Amino acid sequence: MPDAIRRSRSETAGRILIYGTLVLFAVYFLVPLFVMVITSVKNMDEIRTGTLIALPQQPTLEPWLKAWGYATIGVTNEGIRGFFWNSIRMVIPAVLFSTLIGAVNGYVLSKWRFRGSDTFFAMLLLGCFIPFQVVLLPMARTLGFLGLSESIWGLVLVHTVYGLAFTTLFFRNYYVAVPSELVNAARIDGAGFFRIFWKIMLPVSTPIFMVTIIWQTTQIWNDFLFGVCFSTGETQPVTVALNNLVNTSSSVKEYNVDMAAAIIAALPTLFVYFVAGKYFVRGLTAGAVKG
Amino acid sequence: MPTDARQPGLASLLEAALPKVVVAPSFAAMLVFIYGFILWTLYISMTKSTFLPTYDFVGLAQYIKLWRIERWWVACRNLLVYGGLFIFFCTVLGLMLAIFLDQKIRIEGALRTIYLYPLALSFVVTGTAWKWLLNPGLGIERLVREMGWSSFTFDWLVTSEMSIYCVVIAAVWQSTGFVMAMFLAGLRGIDDAIIKAAQVDGAGLTRIYWKIIIPSLRPVFFSAFIILTHIAIKSFDLVVVLTRGGPGYSSDLPATFMYAYAFTRGRLAMGAASAMMMFAMVMAIIVPYLYSELRRKRDA
Repeated sequence: MPDAIRRSRSETAGRILIYGTLVLFAVYFLVPLFVMVITSVKNMDEIRTGTLIALPQQPTLEPWLKAWGYATIGVTNEGIRGFFWNSIRMVIPAVLFSTLIGAVNGYVLSKWRFRGSDTFFAMLLLGCFIPFQVVLLPMARTLGFLGLSESIWGLVLVHTVYGLAFTTLFFRNYYVAVPSELVNAARIDGAGFFRIFWKIMLPVSTPIFMVTIIWQTTQIWNDFLFGVCFSTGETQPVTVALNNLVNTSSSVKEYNVDMAAAIIAALPTLFVYFVAGKYFVRGLTAGAVKG
Repeated sequence: MPTDARQPGLASLLEAALPKVVVAPSFAAMLVFIYGFILWTLYISMTKSTFLPTYDFVGLAQYIKLWRIERWWVACRNLLVYGGLFIFFCTVLGLMLAIFLDQKIRIEGALRTIYLYPLALSFVVTGTAWKWLLNPGLGIERLVREMGWSSFTFDWLVTSEMSIYCVVIAAVWQSTGFVMAMFLAGLRGIDDAIIKAAQVDGAGLTRIYWKIIIPSLRPVFFSAFIILTHIAIKSFDLVVVLTRGGPGYSSDLPATFMYAYAFTRGRLAMGAASAMMMFAMVMAIIVPYLYSELRRKRDA
């Protein structure tokens, strides 16, 4: 009997240790967000006199209004607003194009394979992994040649092209699991390429569309490298504008405005994460490779 | 194959060619924008290009010069330090959290949501947050001093020898949840029967984890290692926002080196050479990985 009691006592201690560690890490992951939020509603006096985790005494939305509407970023005094819309105008077409093309590619590479299609897929797969630094210089020249440098449409093109490897991979791996008998039966009945896609594949594709759209939206919204290399001034996406705001060496640093701007830049992807977390995580493990 | 021999008309020929026609634009885009551009960059790296590409061939001269630049060595050394610590901490913490979460925890869903949310953030946002937390004047240093330890110093962000460790801290914060998710998926894939059998044999839980479960997660360790290495080599935004590669160039990584040379200092050929070196690093990791993955799938 005493042995059993000892074991159950050590088990309780184990449970406490496990729960304690898990909660401690939850705190660790939440603290930066918490500090960002409270800092964004403090005025500069409170920031200078208080500590990181001191709650705001006189909460103010002024930093948010300034970050959104009239903070100085680069040469303009119009806050992050315009850059936020730039990102939206960039993300929507880029996600749409890369997802739709990826869906059709994935359909071909899984159900209409031809000689060379596996080679194509393998080559595309390698494209998922290249460090983009290795295409930046030629891309800059090409965008200039196409008259698209420093434009939103240039960024849409770049994100569509380099997103294709991933969207194709997603759809191909999903469609491989759709029974080929269905497709073959439809073919015997005389259904064509697009009819089969429309009638058989699309109706079962909702989950993979969700995963792909969420993955692409997060990736493109959060991109910094392409934004900083291929846009200037008024066409910059929000991530580049945020960096410009945070890293300006001019005058007094307004941490509250920085934090408000950072939260604004993070809101769309956080919203997606909390609303559709299931698909987000699924895309993460499926597309883990991109990083 | 969709070829239909019974009705050899133009329409059926077209129908037969349709799959190829549909993927042709993507195929062309891939050839040009991925493979063509890599060759183009390779070519630029073998010229004397400065602000604009010139196409006078100088062979490997830029690469020889590159490896003589002290800043490039700093960037590569930083990548080793940063990559090593980043991979180590993400793996250890991710594995620990996954094992703990797998113990029938009542609030698992909520905890998982919390551990994973940093992944939805841009590295620019993460960098902004940690720049504020690590700032010596008003950040953690000040907090600890106010709490009574008045001689406490934590000024890594502005110290040349330590600034790269700030990048490690922020990067680990952002990516640990992801590794946790990978390990958790791996743990859920393990057959319960194995564990039950070991328990019947009288093995303790700790022993079962060390001897049976963790070794069986080897493929997950492997994938996590590849993915984290890949993230480390491509790290760019976080450094730019957090330290701007500074103080001086003490926290430069190859990616920020490449950007500085190619886009701000007007040394295109040198930038291209450093990009090719990054490409070589990634390929050295990825090609064996893809090869083994494809082989495993074929065997399965």
